Amino acid sequence: MKEDVAVIGVGQTNFTRDCGMSVRELCFEAYKDAAQGLNLDPKDVDASIIASAPEYDKQRTPAALVSEYLGFSPSPTFYLETVCSSGTTGVRVGYSLIKSGLHDIVVMVGFQKMSELDSRIAAQVMGRGDDTMFSSPFGTTMPGGHALYAQAHMDAFGTSEEQMAKIRVKNSFYGSQNPKANYKKRLDLESCMNADLVCTPLKKFDCCANCDGASAVILASADKARKYTDKPIWIMGTGMATSELNWSSRASLTNFDSVRNAAKSAYEMAGVGPEDINVAEVHDCFTISEILAYEDLGFAKTGEGGKLIDEEATYHTGRIPVNVDGGLLSKGHPIGGTGGSQVRTIVQQLREECGDSQVKDAKIGLVQNVGGVGTYANVIIFGRD
Amino acid sequence: MDFGNFGVVNFTKQAKSVAFVDYLAEGKLMGTVCKKCGKKYFPPRMDCAQCLDSEVEWFEINSKGKLITHSTVNFGPSGFEEVQPYTLGIVEFPEGVRVLAKISKKIDPATIKAGMELRPVPQKLNEERLTYEFEV
Repeated sequence: MKEDVAVIGVGQTNFTRDCGMSVRELCFEAYKDAAQGLNLDPKDVDASIIASAPEYDKQRTPAALVSEYLGFSPSPTFYLETVCSSGTTGVRVGYSLIKSGLHDIVVMVGFQKMSELDSRIAAQVMGRGDDTMFSSPFGTTMPGGHALYAQAHMDAFGTSEEQMAKIRVKNSFYGSQNPKANYKKRLDLESCMNADLVCTPLKKFDCCANCDGASAVILASADKARKYTDKPIWIMGTGMATSELNWSSRASLTNFDSVRNAAKSAYEMAGVGPEDINVAEVHDCFTISEILAYEDLGFAKTGEGGKLIDEEATYHTGRIPVNVDGGLLSKGHPIGGTGGSQVRTIVQQLREECGDSQVKDAKIGLVQNVGGVGTYANVIIFGRD
Repeated sequence: MDFGNFGVVNFTKQAKSVAFVDYLAEGKLMGTVCKKCGKKYFPPRMDCAQCLDSEVEWFEINSKGKLITHSTVNFGPSGFEEVQPYTLGIVEFPEGVRVLAKISKKIDPATIKAGMELRPVPQKLNEERLTYEFEV
């Protein structure tokens, strides 16, 4: 095991609509949760990375404000964005700041407060995540973009609406056990299949919901990590890649090339393969996204992602447990807050703190966090001592 | 014309590629091709990243292409309240480019299938606004 950079703390707020807090207060809640029990003085934080998507923010340049509120000033802070994958991009950059020797302790705080925008404006803001000159003029949306991939995957491989619904049934089962999830109701196959169409072939329960939330990840060099915790979780590999922003410019509409490239880098760096992963958190902003992730991460062959859920292989007792915290589908998806929440779950799994959804003997975990419609991808592999 | 005349909603006013909108007004959907390396671009771009060159020519996309994928959007962004539901499609043309646009409401959504042949048809949305959609 490479012991360069460790995660020593993870935390998140409840993910919820209308959270009743301001952005700075949300970030405080997430950091407080992450720093619980560490006895870490805010002045010992060498740098902070604040991850979010600016189009939802009213505050200009929120990094300094969050740094001030958490007591980190005057150490360096900066804002970082790759839309929905901002949080894990923050973890990757934090890793490199420590690995380079520049800093010993780096905090990533990711947040989004989405409930202050009405849903049509939010749809427009999100649609501007496709090419604003040539695609947004046609009314592209984030669900619409994923629906184009879903339809292409169904046509190419026979993936079914029922298989997509089964993803939500699984994630709602685990969401019902997660006290921080926005959507705690368990859903059965029938209610998923009979839900209203948002954009064909995706129905209401195939889609995650906008919400408010923040998460925090505290990273430390090996020496410092041992000082603060006896359960450091090591970053074994980090891969990142990008696909064309404009969907029509992409070679494939049945997989995310960005994820495949990021996964390749992360596996190589960690010296492991998909068969070595004991538990994974993947970016299920839509049910089809989780099926694509199964294939792009190598858990299933291309075109066979749907079979994995048919076989229930991704439940916590299965061959490759995925999103056993409810996923974005049930937890909710506060853009900048999402990646840190995924890291939190994997770290808790590797520390064996997950109660009913604990995966037995989990030693290596993977986080896959995607920004936009497969536009940015981060894959990070974690291991325990 | 400025670029903002393109589409139901647009976020760009000035662009070197504004001729794209002028061509639409003439009833033509155009892409660009780099004069130096011959790479074809759609959406059109006035700069070739490979050659770091900005000498491009326009070419027309007017053949029938094959539908790659499609989705009918029931809940659109602000500005699209009056036009929803609408069906988006990505079509691959023999000219070597893929194009995203709305599929015409003249086509029964139940008959829309991957592989069907569609052609781009430039249209006036009103006196000022231009777009194109796919028809059979």
